Amino acid sequence: MPTATIKLYSVLAQHLPPGAEKNTAPLQIDAATTVGGLIGSLNLPPQHCHLVLLNGVFVPPDARGSTPVRDGDALAIWPPVAGG
Amino acid sequence: MSWTGNVLRVNLTAGTCTSEPLNKAWTRQYLGQRGLATKYLSEEIDPTCDALGPDNKMIMTTGPLTGTMASTAGRYSVVTKSPLTGCVACSNSGGHFGNEMKNAGWDMIIFEGQSPTPVYLYVENEKAELRDASGYWGKSVWDTDAGLKTAHQDPLLRIAAIGVAGEKGVLYACIVNDLHRAAGRSGVGTVMGSKNLKAVAIRGTRGVKVADPLTFMKAATDAKKVLADNAVTGQGLPAYGTQVLMNVINETGALPTHNFRDVQFDGAADISAEAMVAPRKTDGKPNLVTNQACFACTIACGRVSQLDRGHYTVVNRPEYWGASGGLEYEAAWALGAATGVKDLEALTFANFLCNEQAIDPISLGATIAAAMELYEMGVITTEHTGGIELPFGSAQALTTLAELTCKGEGFGAEIGLGSRRLTEKYGHPDLSMTVKSQEFPAYDPRGVQGMGLSYATSNRGACHLRGYTVSSEILGIPEKTDPLSHEGKAGLVKAFQDATAAVDSAGICVFTTFAWTLEHIAPQIAAATGEAYTPESLLEIGERIWNLERRFNMAAGMTAADDTLPKRLLKDAAKTGPAKGMVAPLDKMLPEYYQLRGWTTDGIPTNETVERLAL
Repeated sequence: MPTATIKLYSVLAQHLPPGAEKNTAPLQIDAATTVGGLIGSLNLPPQHCHLVLLNGVFVPPDARGSTPVRDGDALAIWPPVAGG
Repeated sequence: MSWTGNVLRVNLTAGTCTSEPLNKAWTRQYLGQRGLATKYLSEEIDPTCDALGPDNKMIMTTGPLTGTMASTAGRYSVVTKSPLTGCVACSNSGGHFGNEMKNAGWDMIIFEGQSPTPVYLYVENEKAELRDASGYWGKSVWDTDAGLKTAHQDPLLRIAAIGVAGEKGVLYACIVNDLHRAAGRSGVGTVMGSKNLKAVAIRGTRGVKVADPLTFMKAATDAKKVLADNAVTGQGLPAYGTQVLMNVINETGALPTHNFRDVQFDGAADISAEAMVAPRKTDGKPNLVTNQACFACTIACGRVSQLDRGHYTVVNRPEYWGASGGLEYEAAWALGAATGVKDLEALTFANFLCNEQAIDPISLGATIAAAMELYEMGVITTEHTGGIELPFGSAQALTTLAELTCKGEGFGAEIGLGSRRLTEKYGHPDLSMTVKSQEFPAYDPRGVQGMGLSYATSNRGACHLRGYTVSSEILGIPEKTDPLSHEGKAGLVKAFQDATAAVDSAGICVFTTFAWTLEHIAPQIAAATGEAYTPESLLEIGERIWNLERRFNMAAGMTAADDTLPKRLLKDAAKTGPAKGMVAPLDKMLPEYYQLRGWTTDGIPTNETVERLAL
């Protein structure tokens, strides 16, 4: 079964599947899985999905529904954050 | 109004303290704090002077909002010529010291000359005098703070001090106020030490008046609501602090690791904000105790941490068992990812030391990282280090060198030279990850392309706080741009630099700009001062300040050749992550930047620019 890695940070960490370590968990996917689909299946509040990185590259909101998640991909999501 | 109208001039050579009126005309041109003090410095010193000699001056300065009820309005800056870079230095700090200074009735304190013996400045409202500090010389910031409060029988004294590092000439010593807030970069504490000035202790009870109280209260209250309602300033920063960036920047492939050899760190999660709040396996307690706010701040991003008492660094040292200033992102990166050390407790201990003895953890960590690379190359050996083994990833090496550097002892004295001088000494200057001799902060410009230009053109050497395009390129604030493209970055960098120069001159924290624009800030300054400030006029002031700093640096000997990046970033491509295969394309951005600035192709402000900005 193809597997991606999901990483959820800050207030989104509470949505991680059981067994997650260091904010990271494996997630089984299929050929139709998209970034937007994964966000929905994990019940992530859309307003908290600000910084959505697929393999480190930002996925804009209007492209999330059509961006596929493939075997071995890493999807990392943060609410609005900043620092410096 | 909101200005006291008073400048305290302290002649350390003569031992005198005198009051003089603030130059109000300059406040309209340069606002306050960073801009205003740079104007004073430019007028009063020869930019070619020895930064550690009696001809350099050191200015502690507030902004128009410092001490008011505006959110974060506790800021002050230290402006001087930097011994690390040779450029103008301006280091900004929070805590309560700036507020106390304004409440004592002083907008600015100018220190000149050199005292023949150690002294501290004691200020109680209008009373100001130099006192003998020989009993505090050789002591840490923390001991000095406690000693002065006891000596004056006043626990509410607000104290800014140097530690042993500043006395010993560590070139990136800082000034720490309120125990763990720092005017951190460019060696302002080294200048203070060269003047034999150990501390400034202030008690102020006079209050700060604003010109139009009702309008000001409404503007300040409305602006606070904007901060509270914003996800970053209302929720993210108080909960996780700046350290939330550790995993973000690593994920984007822009986390400089192993002295910038790599751009991702396999220990990032271990030293992140999330690790700080997780219970330790050793004692079940989290590293983070609580967050903390500076004066008047409604964000409260500060970290307060407590070490595991069983950790090797403190197992028999109960003086470090209490809660103290914890890791911010830049410090955690420099002490951690740059050196390859993933032991969160070791990083926290090193950070405590930096606060205790007042040194800049960014320059410390980055210089240790350069030494580690030289050690792994066999250029530096245990014969040089006094027996300390220095491989990347060694927590023991990090904490040992932090202790030695804080006291300017052993190989720590060489680490105290900074990365550029250390690598030159050992014949490998290309391994110094610096601009204008100041060490980089925590963003690799191969993965955040605008930051390459921002670093190269920063008026105080490599710095994230002069033009934080990370906000747009990575974090999407105020709008998302592509971090892997150089297109449009010249304009973005200039816009960030100019706006930040204005904010740094206002008396408030730059973190407000994650939620505020100049539209929120201008009405507060206007109501506080009674002067007509607008977002447009603030932006013009910011541009004027930028050019003033540039002209100071050119007069000090800098040229366009100094607007560059280390060869490693220009030639060696990133090995992993989204920026894999990319370098920092500075040559594609710099000419456009000069043009947008109204500078010649040699980076000199044209006569037209000088006239337009009334410099």
